[in-house]
Amino acid sequence: MEQPIIELRGITKRFEKKLDFAGKIAKRLGAPIREEIVHAVDGVDLSIRKGEVVGLVGESGCGKSTLGRVVAGIMPPSEGMVLWRGTDVNALTGAAKKEAQLRAQMIFQDPYASLNPRMRVQDIVGEAPLVHGITTRGGFDAYVDEQIRRAGLDPAFKKRYPHQFSGGQRQRIGIARALAVKPEFLVCDEAVAALDVSIQAQILNLFMQLRAELDLTYLFISHDLGVVEHLSDRVVIMYLGRVVEQAPSEEVFARANHPYTASLLASVPRIEARKRAFAVVQGEIPSPLNPPSGCHFHPRCPHATERCKVEVPKLREIAPGHFSACHLNG
Amino acid sequence: MSATLEVRNLRTHFFTRAGVVKAVDGVSFTVGRGKVMGLVGESGSGKTVTGFSIIGLVDAPGRVVEGEILYQGRNLAKLSEEEMRSLRGNRIAMIFQDPMMTLNPVLRVDTQMIETVLAHEKVSKEEARQRARDALGMVGIPSPDERLKSYPHQFSGGMRQRVAIAIALLHRPELIIADEPTTALDVTIQGQILAEVQKLAANTGTSLIWITHDLSVVAGLADDIAVMYAGRVVEDGPVSEVLDRPLHPYTHGLIGSVPSRNKRGEPLRQIPGMTPSLLKLPAGCAFRARCPRADEACLAEQKLEELLPGRHARCAHPHKDEVPA
Repeated sequence: MEQPIIELRGITKRFEKKLDFAGKIAKRLGAPIREEIVHAVDGVDLSIRKGEVVGLVGESGCGKSTLGRVVAGIMPPSEGMVLWRGTDVNALTGAAKKEAQLRAQMIFQDPYASLNPRMRVQDIVGEAPLVHGITTRGGFDAYVDEQIRRAGLDPAFKKRYPHQFSGGQRQRIGIARALAVKPEFLVCDEAVAALDVSIQAQILNLFMQLRAELDLTYLFISHDLGVVEHLSDRVVIMYLGRVVEQAPSEEVFARANHPYTASLLASVPRIEARKRAFAVVQGEIPSPLNPPSGCHFHPRCPHATERCKVEVPKLREIAPGHFSACHLNG
Repeated sequence: MSATLEVRNLRTHFFTRAGVVKAVDGVSFTVGRGKVMGLVGESGSGKTVTGFSIIGLVDAPGRVVEGEILYQGRNLAKLSEEEMRSLRGNRIAMIFQDPMMTLNPVLRVDTQMIETVLAHEKVSKEEARQRARDALGMVGIPSPDERLKSYPHQFSGGMRQRVAIAIALLHRPELIIADEPTTALDVTIQGQILAEVQKLAANTGTSLIWITHDLSVVAGLADDIAVMYAGRVVEDGPVSEVLDRPLHPYTHGLIGSVPSRNKRGEPLRQIPGMTPSLLKLPAGCAFRARCPRADEACLAEQKLEELLPGRHARCAHPHKDEVPA
């Protein structure tokens, strides 16, 4: 098998809230308090092949954004390894490290918060390539024009500031900025969630066109199953920091195995379904501060047994390329 | 069919320093008793301002400049603030996108709910508490007695929205205006809320105006739909008919751009361009610049006309005899 472009091995990311001075004293005096630890991502393995589009789906607090940041190299994992074409990214130094960081870029959800309001578009797009020597002072204008045009904007607007653009246009600026350093891999974190339906379609089309043009690989993070179904080759579903199911796109939507995936699919409103009864998943998403024991989904699962409360199910291959973490599979 | 609410030619304009923003410019629709009406549009289409106009919450520099909002034969647009206040929260209630717009963060839920009951009815405090408790139970909040004593921050987002819905239900209103109430919620939680709302509409005969940008939600929930674009209703009619056979090219394009309506991996059918600024709307059809069917006829002002029985559209070149998108 071809070597994956990026591979995650046992990635765990914890966020700890340290006790303050008063808290430490209280604890020493026997107060029942401790540091709060959130296991945002808990032992995730994932490999992505060159040219693949992987959809990462989950509800709020499931750790999908954190995982995306780890993949993009913005955030170091607490444990585990990120391998780029077989080499550990964290073991790299100097020029090699710099280069590795450029190869994976990220596109953010909020096109309002992710652009510096005090920079002109040409500097937002052109700053990184200039710093990294991808372009020169002399070639700057031509290079920036090309990047802006590729993202579907008129280069005549490059002297403007972000506030002069609409949401969809800002997202295009974000895309131009990410692509300006010639990455091979893009992490799109809810990149179309904030956009109107008609604009969303334009941006999704741009993503697909760029993929074909530049031979890009995507990790596409979204809570919108319709978008993910349309775009992805493979879908990964997370619940409270763990991957619960992973399979080729058609497979997930036709034969979801994990009860969480099934209930997620049943909850999605579809334009084809009229005056329907909305399927109801019981209960709320538990706090990641204090996740349930065993299988995290067991309090909401209609099929939960005693075993689910104690034992963490392993992610196992149940059909070729189809992985699921559920005790029901035996 | 007796109508709970009839909106006729509503115009709400905002008089800003940059010019007059015609946020709502000639909107008409009817909401039947016990029916769910989906008001759909993209940002800036005027759907929220329409909702605010009905319940009388448009702030300066905005003002309802024309039109009638008929509720039980009374024109809400002409009522005094005092008369409006006796209806608002009582006969007509509103649910906002962000439940923290409804809830006061420093008061316990019971304080807020009892206050709402007592604002419109002379009952004992004990009875008001009982009513609050029942309302919380009705929207599916577990152990309502304990939850009454909680503060809003102790609830999750979905639970907060349930509390906001419970408050809207306290006086068994005849009309609830819901402005994107599930947009900020996760899908499984959204499914729970939609299921509750469906049950309530069926059981209590309350009419609903459901404001949203999400056609899929409307498809599953609403009886009728009105599609707004740049301050106007461009198309309305029964949900199934509008979604299966859209007349207006904008509705057509909107439905076509929903990912599940497209073949996987193929480019999505997209509407070119973007929504025009309400400050400088072109004359004639506002969708003209983005429309594949536009020609000289579209330069003229278009009227919302009945093109098929029960179906209205504001277009010179409707998709009249075609198969669905």
